[in-house]
Amino acid sequence: MYSTIAHLVTGTADLIAAFLFMYGLKRMSSPVSAPSGIRVAGYGMLLAVVASFLNVFTVDAAARPHLWINLGLALVALLLGASAAWFKGRSVAMTEMPQMVAIYNGLGGGAAGAIAAVELFGNKTHGAGQLVVTLLGGLIGAISMSGSVIAWAKLDEILKKPMRFPGQRLVNAIVFLASLVIGGYIVFVVQAGATPLLPIASVLWIFFGTTLLFGILMTLPIGGADMPVVISIYNAATGLAVGFDGYVIQEPALMIAGMVVGAAGTLLTLLMAKAMNRSVSNVLFSNFGAPSKKKQGKMKGEEKPVEASDAGIAMRYAKSVIIIPGYGLAVAQAQEKLYEFVKLLQTAGVNVKFAIHPVAGRMPGQMDVLLAEAGVPYDLIHQLDEVNDDFVTTDVALVIGANDVVNPAARTDKSSPIYGMPILNADKAKKCYVVKRGQGKGYSGIENELFYEDNTYMVYGDAQVVLVKMIEAVRGLGAAAA
Amino acid sequence: MHFEMAITGFVAIYIFMLAAFGGWVIIGNVPAILHTPLMSGSNFVHGIVVIGGVTALLNASNATEQVIGFVAVLLGAGNAAGGYAVTSRMLAMFKTSGHATTHNIHSIHPAKKS
Repeated sequence: MYSTIAHLVTGTADLIAAFLFMYGLKRMSSPVSAPSGIRVAGYGMLLAVVASFLNVFTVDAAARPHLWINLGLALVALLLGASAAWFKGRSVAMTEMPQMVAIYNGLGGGAAGAIAAVELFGNKTHGAGQLVVTLLGGLIGAISMSGSVIAWAKLDEILKKPMRFPGQRLVNAIVFLASLVIGGYIVFVVQAGATPLLPIASVLWIFFGTTLLFGILMTLPIGGADMPVVISIYNAATGLAVGFDGYVIQEPALMIAGMVVGAAGTLLTLLMAKAMNRSVSNVLFSNFGAPSKKKQGKMKGEEKPVEASDAGIAMRYAKSVIIIPGYGLAVAQAQEKLYEFVKLLQTAGVNVKFAIHPVAGRMPGQMDVLLAEAGVPYDLIHQLDEVNDDFVTTDVALVIGANDVVNPAARTDKSSPIYGMPILNADKAKKCYVVKRGQGKGYSGIENELFYEDNTYMVYGDAQVVLVKMIEAVRGLGAAAA
Repeated sequence: MHFEMAITGFVAIYIFMLAAFGGWVIIGNVPAILHTPLMSGSNFVHGIVVIGGVTALLNASNATEQVIGFVAVLLGAGNAAGGYAVTSRMLAMFKTSGHATTHNIHSIHPAKKS
């Protein structure tokens, strides 16, 4: 009796939750409705979690003696996990958003892997099909967890350099094949009822060990600028693992939510890869950004340094300015100073826009969030294809902490590793200022022709310091006139 | 016990297919400016895995299952709560300058004043 009611209530709650998730994501199609979208999805989550505790009425006979302990454990885990992540999420700086998204994604992957593990260790799957899906869920979840943790460590600069060694691809392939083979062996043992070489629990531990190891190995060699693709992939992977788990434990809400996220992650992965003009496998398996042995041709002309104050004043007297922010802006935490400078220009009658490259920063859309945090209204922020034709008629392009996304070599130089990548046409503006920490190449180790162009001027220094100088120079003008 | 739902074989594949298709269409409409909140928002959505963790833990019948189930709920709860916290924080920051609503071209749905 109780179990019937429990099934009915949890079933209804999960149905509502699944609907609210889809509806909430749908509301994300505009910045105006998006805040209400996440709130709606939040209600769905709350409802589903509360209802899931009604499962105390439906537990298996084997688990009934442990019910009170299990219930206590569940409540403790729920409160502990939720409150820790909540306070961290509320207090973390906006510039650290990519690593937060990576770590939350890793948590989800880990949870999905753990659920698969419970089903496997308890031998609760029915039939070969379910067993295979459970193993797949565990495999993908575990890879997503350890991979996301490495991605987090890279983004948080705990791991500073991509780790590469000779024969890496071969080692990775062997580890991956090993986990597949062990998975296959588990299916064989369980289905055929054969006696395993080791106790089945040990085989399962080895299975999860190798998959976790593969996630680590696969992510280690990938460089910082490729992180937008990597984060998107692991997002999709966790979604997929959650979907598979949903099938195993017969929870359609998990199946739907997992697949929706899987689709979202896949879409973003493809968008990011397209924005770099590289295939996804190229991002994952080629050691991009490795120092190339090949000498690059000598650049024509030379880099022309100017003072920040002069650059600031020149922009004050320009008609139009397009600003191209990159990861350097986030590193210098200069987004608020930048908007302060922009407001000064706007009061002086300059038409200012922001141009965002899809892969600027360390995750899709990171620059948009940083600018929004500084208070920049989103109608000033333009994406690559909307704004790229405007550079020709613009007086000044101001590049701050971006490099490869404005390298004209992507258009012309067939031998360049970034050839074919869509870039922002900063070089087409009448004048271009580049704010950069110092001379040298970008992340990818490619010389940037833009810096040597006749109409390009370099402003060396930390973006925050440079912007303060620009602001003072423009304010000084106003004071002198008064 | 398990009379309520039996999702097997083709039914499961149909659910997966429709959900993936629906997700693809919905996400395809999200403008690039919101890609970070979209990612953390979808991250939050897969936090639903926590209810799977609760179900698994409640059905645990030995110490190994209890420990792994505990980890599942802990991680899943962190995923859901953290994902929500950062997403709502980010979305609250997106403001328009007010006078320029006709100028908004980031979204296929023109922004309306709220």
